Amino acid sequence: MTGTRRTLDVAPLPTFAFGNRGLIWWGTVGFMVIEGSMFVIGLVVYFYLRLKVTDWPPSVPNPDLRYGTMNLTVVLASILPAAISKRAAEKFDLPRTRRWLVVLVLFGVAAVVLRAFEYTTLNCRWDDNAYGSIVWVLLSMHTIHVATDVVDSVILALLTFTHPVTGPRFVDLSENSLYWFFIVAWWIPIYVTIYFMPRWL
Amino acid sequence: MSDAMVVERRATITTADEERLRRQLSDTWYVPRGIIGWFSVADHKTIGRRYIITAFGFFIFAGVLAAMMRLQLAVPNNHFIGPDLYNQIFTVHGTMMMFLFAVPVMEAMGIYLVPLMVGTRNIAFPRLNAYSYYVYLFGGVMLVITMLMNTAPDVGWFSYVPLAGPDYTPGKRADFWAQLITFTEVAALAVSVELVTTILKTRAPGMSLNRMPLFVWAMLVTAFMVIFAMPAIVASSSFLLLDRLVGTHFYNPAEGGDSLLWQHLFWFFGHPEVYIIFVPALGMVSSIVSALTSRPIFGYSAMVLSLVATGFIGFGLWVHHMFATGLPALGLEYFTAASIVIAIPTGIQIFCWIASLWRGRPRFQTPLLFVLGFFAIFVLGGLSGVTLASVPFDLQAHDTYYVVAHFHYVLLGGAVFPLIGGIYFWFPKFTGRMMEDALGKWNFWLLFVGFNVTFFPMHILGLEGMPRRVYTYPDNMGWNTLNLVASAGALLLVFGGALFVYNVVRSYRWGVIASENPWGAETLEWSVSSPPPVYNFLHVPVVEGRCALWDRSADPPIVAGIRSDCREVLVTDVMDAEPVHKAAYPEPSLWPFACAVVTSAFFVGSIFTPWALPVSIIPLAMTLIGWFWPRKKESQRHDERVHAMQEARA
Repeated sequence: MTGTRRTLDVAPLPTFAFGNRGLIWWGTVGFMVIEGSMFVIGLVVYFYLRLKVTDWPPSVPNPDLRYGTMNLTVVLASILPAAISKRAAEKFDLPRTRRWLVVLVLFGVAAVVLRAFEYTTLNCRWDDNAYGSIVWVLLSMHTIHVATDVVDSVILALLTFTHPVTGPRFVDLSENSLYWFFIVAWWIPIYVTIYFMPRWL
Repeated sequence: MSDAMVVERRATITTADEERLRRQLSDTWYVPRGIIGWFSVADHKTIGRRYIITAFGFFIFAGVLAAMMRLQLAVPNNHFIGPDLYNQIFTVHGTMMMFLFAVPVMEAMGIYLVPLMVGTRNIAFPRLNAYSYYVYLFGGVMLVITMLMNTAPDVGWFSYVPLAGPDYTPGKRADFWAQLITFTEVAALAVSVELVTTILKTRAPGMSLNRMPLFVWAMLVTAFMVIFAMPAIVASSSFLLLDRLVGTHFYNPAEGGDSLLWQHLFWFFGHPEVYIIFVPALGMVSSIVSALTSRPIFGYSAMVLSLVATGFIGFGLWVHHMFATGLPALGLEYFTAASIVIAIPTGIQIFCWIASLWRGRPRFQTPLLFVLGFFAIFVLGGLSGVTLASVPFDLQAHDTYYVVAHFHYVLLGGAVFPLIGGIYFWFPKFTGRMMEDALGKWNFWLLFVGFNVTFFPMHILGLEGMPRRVYTYPDNMGWNTLNLVASAGALLLVFGGALFVYNVVRSYRWGVIASENPWGAETLEWSVSSPPPVYNFLHVPVVEGRCALWDRSADPPIVAGIRSDCREVLVTDVMDAEPVHKAAYPEPSLWPFACAVVTSAFFVGSIFTPWALPVSIIPLAMTLIGWFWPRKKESQRHDERVHAMQEARA
C-alpha cells in the first residue's frame, strides 16, 4: 500500500550544535548548577560557623596569602588559553584548538601543584576546630574540580591525536572550556573567603 | 518552521518503506541480550522498568518493617521487638521509603514516560541513566545488608546530630546512613539532569512549552527541585561522615561547630524533598483525570503556574521542621506564613481537577478511584499540615504521633495513592496487558479503608501525648485501644499491598491484551504499541495541539530525515520545539556499570577509611575514560556524516 504524508524533512540539519542549542551544553550546565549549589552551601556554612564564635579564625593564625594569590593569578591567566581554545573549536580550527588546549592543561597542572603548597600554608588542620574543617573542605571541593577538569582536558587533548576530530568532538572541546570558566569563576569568592575573611571578620 | 533548512512537503511512503524502516530502527536501537548485554542496556524503558521494580522491592521491604512496628505497638508493654532493633527498624523504614522508594520511583516513572510523552527515542545521556540505576541499586542493597546483619542505622531517618555524631553513636551505623544518602543523591541528581535536557531539548516539533503534558511539566519542576535541593544533603551528609571519620568539627559545638547547622542543611533539602515526591504524583493525577474523563484538564495555565509556584515556595518552608529548636520568633512567623501559602497552589490544582471531573464524563475505573482516594486523604493531610504550621500548636504536637499521622496522610495520600493509580493506568503501556479492574477496585478499597484505620487514630494518639519512636508504652496511658485499631488497619494495608502484587503478577501473565490506547488518552505514549517498540516512534510525530492525540488532524504530519542506521534523535529548541539539529546517542556499553561498581566500592570503602578516595581514583578514572572513549564504529559514523554534510553544503 502506498500513501502520501505531510512530512517535516530535517535531513539537512547539522549533526551537532554549539552552546545552548546543543545537548552537551545542557548536561554541562546542569552539573555546573549542582556543583555551584554545593559551593554556595560551602560558603554559607563558612559564614554560619563564623557567627558561632567570637574570634575568627579561632585560636589559629591567618592563612598565608602567597600560594593562594599565586594560584589566583594562574587560574585567571588560564582564562586566555581556555577562551582561545574555545573560539578555535567553534571555528573548527584543530591545530589552534589543540595547541591552546595543551597550554590550558599546563596552566591546570600548575594550579594543582600550587594547590598542594596552599594546603601547607593554611596554618590549620581540618581537625583543629570547625573553622579548620570548613576551610579544608572549601579548598578541597575546589581542588577536586580543578584536578578533574585537568584530567578531562588531557583526555580530550589525547583524543584529538588518536581519533578523527568530528563536529561533536569540537562541541566537547568548546564545552570543556566553558566548564573551566566555571571553575575559575568559583575560585574568586572561595579565595576571598578563605584568605581575607579571617582578616576582615 | 523558522529554520530555513527544514522543509515541509508531501512524501510518498509505501508499506514496504515502513517495514524496512521498522526493521532498521529495531536493529539500530537494539537492546543487547545475554549477561553482558543485561548490564550494558541504555534504553530508557528497560532502565525505567528496572528502577520501578527495584523501588517497589524496597517499598515491600520497608512495608514489612512497618508491619513489624505495628505488631510491636498493638499492645502495651510488648517485647516482641527490643528497643535496639526497633530503632533500626523505624530508621530503615523511613530512610528506605524516602530515599529508596519515593524519590526513585517517581523519577523512574519519568525515565520511562517522559521520552515517550515528548516524542523522542531515548532519554538524554542514556549511559548516565544506566549508571544512576546501578549506583541506586548498590546503595539500596547496602542498606538491606546492614539491616540483615543487625548493623543498620538507628538514629532516625533524619539522623540528627549530636545523636548521630561520633560521641553518641560509635560504630558504623550512622556512617551507613550517611553514605546511603550519597548513593541515592548521585543517582537522583544524574536523572534530573537527564530529564531537564530531555524535556527542554528533545520534544517533538510542535510541542511548544505551552503544549507540554502536565505530567512532563511536573517532572520538569521536580528535576529542577532535585538539582537545587539535593546539594544541601550531599554537603550535610558528607560533613557528618567527615566528622565521624577524620575528626572534623562541623557539628561539634565544643570546637566551634553547631548541631543546628545539621538541621538547617537537612531540612533545606528535606522540605523540598516532600514536594519532589509529591509533584510528580500531581502530574500522574492530571494524566489519569483527563484520560478517564475524556476531557482536557480544566485550567491548564493555572495548573502549570501552580506546579512552578509549588517548586519555588517549597524552598521557603524548611524551618517549620525546626519550630521547637528555639529559633527567633520573627523568623518563625515568616515560615508559618510560607507554610500556609503553599496550600494555595495545591488548592488551585485540586479545584481544577474537580472542575475537570465535573465537566467531563468520568469513568470510575481503578486509576480514577485512586485519584479520588488521593483527594480525600491528601486534603486531610494538608489540613493537619496547616495546623502544624502554627508555632504554638506545633510546639505541643512536635515529635508526637500527630506528626506521624500528618506526614503519612500527605505522603501516602499525596504520592502513593496517585502512584498506584498511575501503575494501574500505565501498566498496559509497560507490559502490553491490562490490570484486572475488579481486583483493582478491591485493591483500592482495602488500601483506602486500611490506610484510614491505621493512620487516623494516630492524630488522636498524638494529641493524647503519645511520642513517636517509642518501642513500647505503659498500660495506663489510655492509648491501648487506638493502637490496637491502628495495628488492625495495618493488617488491611498488608492485604491491600499483597493484592496489588498479586494483581500485577497475574495481569502480567494473563491480563487482557492491551491496545495502543486502551483509555483513549491524549498524550503521545498512547500513540505507539503497548509495550512500545525499542525505538519508541516509527516516525517522530509533529504535534498539532496541547492534547497531542485528540488534536491530531486527519493527515498528521511526521518528521522525516532522521537517520535510522545510527541512534540519531532530533534536538529542538527550548520554547517552541523547533528543530535545531540532530544528535547521535551512544550505543549500549558495559562501562557505566563498571563505573557504578567502582563508585559504590569507593562509597562503601569511605565508611571505613579515608584512603578509599586515593585508592579508587585511578580505577574510577579508568572506567570513566572507557565510558567516554569513542568506539571505532561510532567515530566512523560521525566521519561519514560530517563528510556527507560537507558535500551537501558544497
